[in-house]
Amino acid sequence: MSETTVSGLAGRMPKFLRRADPAVLTAFACIVLLLFLGSLYSRSFLSPEYLLQQLKVASFLGVIATGMMLVILLGQIDLSVPWSVAAGAMMACAAAAYGPVGVALAIPFGIFCGVLIGVVNGIGVAYLRIPSMIITLATNAVAQGLMVVYTGGFSPQDSATGAMRYLATGFAVPGVPNAVLIWALIGAAMVFVLTRTGFGRTVYGIGNRERAAYLSGIDTRRVVMIAFAVSGGLSAFGGVLLAGYASKAAQSMGDAYLLPSIAAVVLGGTSILGGRGSYLGTVAGVILITLLQSILSVMQMPEAGRQIIYGVVIVAMLLLYGRAPASR
Amino acid sequence: MKDWRYWFAEQRGTLLAFGIFVVMFIIYTSNHPAGFTANVVQTASNKGVLLAFVAMAQTLVVITAGIDLSVGMIFTLTNCLASWLVVGTGLETAFGVIAVLGTGLLCGAINGAIVIYGRLQPIVATIATGAVYFGIALLLRPFPGGSVNEGLADALTGRLFGIVPASLVTLLAVVLVVWVPFSRSVLGRAAYAAGSSEMAAYMSGVPIRRGKFAAYTLAGLLAAIGGLFLTFFTYTGDAAYASGNAYTLFSIAAVVLGGVSLFGGKGSAIGAIFGALAFRTIGDLLFVFDFDPLWQPLFQGVILLIAVSLGAFALFRVRNRLEWFL
Repeated sequence: MSETTVSGLAGRMPKFLRRADPAVLTAFACIVLLLFLGSLYSRSFLSPEYLLQQLKVASFLGVIATGMMLVILLGQIDLSVPWSVAAGAMMACAAAAYGPVGVALAIPFGIFCGVLIGVVNGIGVAYLRIPSMIITLATNAVAQGLMVVYTGGFSPQDSATGAMRYLATGFAVPGVPNAVLIWALIGAAMVFVLTRTGFGRTVYGIGNRERAAYLSGIDTRRVVMIAFAVSGGLSAFGGVLLAGYASKAAQSMGDAYLLPSIAAVVLGGTSILGGRGSYLGTVAGVILITLLQSILSVMQMPEAGRQIIYGVVIVAMLLLYGRAPASR
Repeated sequence: MKDWRYWFAEQRGTLLAFGIFVVMFIIYTSNHPAGFTANVVQTASNKGVLLAFVAMAQTLVVITAGIDLSVGMIFTLTNCLASWLVVGTGLETAFGVIAVLGTGLLCGAINGAIVIYGRLQPIVATIATGAVYFGIALLLRPFPGGSVNEGLADALTGRLFGIVPASLVTLLAVVLVVWVPFSRSVLGRAAYAAGSSEMAAYMSGVPIRRGKFAAYTLAGLLAAIGGLFLTFFTYTGDAAYASGNAYTLFSIAAVVLGGVSLFGGKGSAIGAIFGALAFRTIGDLLFVFDFDPLWQPLFQGVILLIAVSLGAFALFRVRNRLEWFL
């Protein structure tokens, strides 16, 4: 019973702080600035079609960044995103080749594979106490190895099922792409979990000080493990959606999502050390990254210039508001 | 007697890595169709030395309890730069080498400045600077190509006196010129102290900032030496994202195998070198056993997973459960 009052207090505090988080405000200000700069270049940057298209592209990153955020809130990191995405996509497409049952189970099977990768990460981090950066790199390498053996080194020939394509490109509600709808649903679920459930409060607690959370009688290892499993599952689901969008899976489809997902979460004001951050910030970070990528590609910036600007912008924004407190 | 035990305890990780390497290399050469010949050793050492340089670079940063996820990209960038500059007459080549190494130092210094004086987390900061370095590499070499002073390249990747691989001699020289002075200097000790307990080091008046900055900068230099060597090895510059990423990943694996603690303050570059050589040999074992090369990534991944899981044995020594949470 004392636990409820303590966690209730802890639940209210970050919420109050979140309202006035300067990082989230800066991120949204940067979005407006980017749109303004874009509109100077071309009017079409402000058209609803363009904005909706960007939101749709952003939703794939949004789903993946949601899982990443959960892990970063714990003070850990998930570097197995690239091949969790690819494994989810490839396994879903592979299942589709096994008749009608396979088609029906394609999406759950893809997500299941991602959860499996996440569980291995979780066991390593929570029970074996291996630094998350290392164990997730290792599982990423193993997942890559498995996929290379499975596909024989080529992009797999199996194509995405109708359901996957519908989720990624269809319109259940007129005018709103399904991918955006899915991101909104997952985001709403995440906000609910983080702010309204004991699990969410525990996540913030572990991120602040795992020792204290453990001494408060929380099974911190189970929570860490679940968080990694969720992250793996969401990465794989992002991969399933991407496969539906491109109608097939590809070898290195996940590589382009590791840096952006971390950057989106961190630019959204979530502390990389854990324990602090809001989902609203992550939404801002995801939109910001997607807009930046889109504007650079519309300006026909070559890949080299995009990488440079991208890196410089991330460092510059972090220097603006992501700095650690001055030592002592 | 006592001194000897201390030394052993300090070098346990390095000795373990050395042991793994020797066992793996014996298995490798005894199953190699050509056997233990100068040619086999030369090829193996050329491949191993590339990773050894990058692993040394990673070690310097890991000792300070940081991580440098841009080493692979500095490696790629300097490879592309060397394919432009390290050509022509002897003097031009010499200036080219100096320019390439200077670029590496600069990249490392930028990382260090952002992490230490900008107070950003090393993971995110070096991922971002890595993107910048890769972008510059891509500007220099949109397509693989270029050339290198072949006389110098052949001399450094060939054999001395027909037996000793020149790359191993270079590696030894770099260890003696960079690592040994650094680890014995005040700055090197500051880097170790900052990694083992930054607060205590600060309170004792150790120059932790300068020590960490020197570690990041020298890491850039070592990655550049690796990039230079890649150019000597392949004769071309190639801005390949996958290869840069793989070297970053493998450098972490080599550091872990080499007994360097990722929490900082423990381990040595010598251990990381043996870790790198062992990792390369394990990866090549598949070839001598005639496996399908498709299995290589999986095999390397599983080795990596097992290697990092071995660290979990320390859990059995934990008496107080609170020590789980570092």
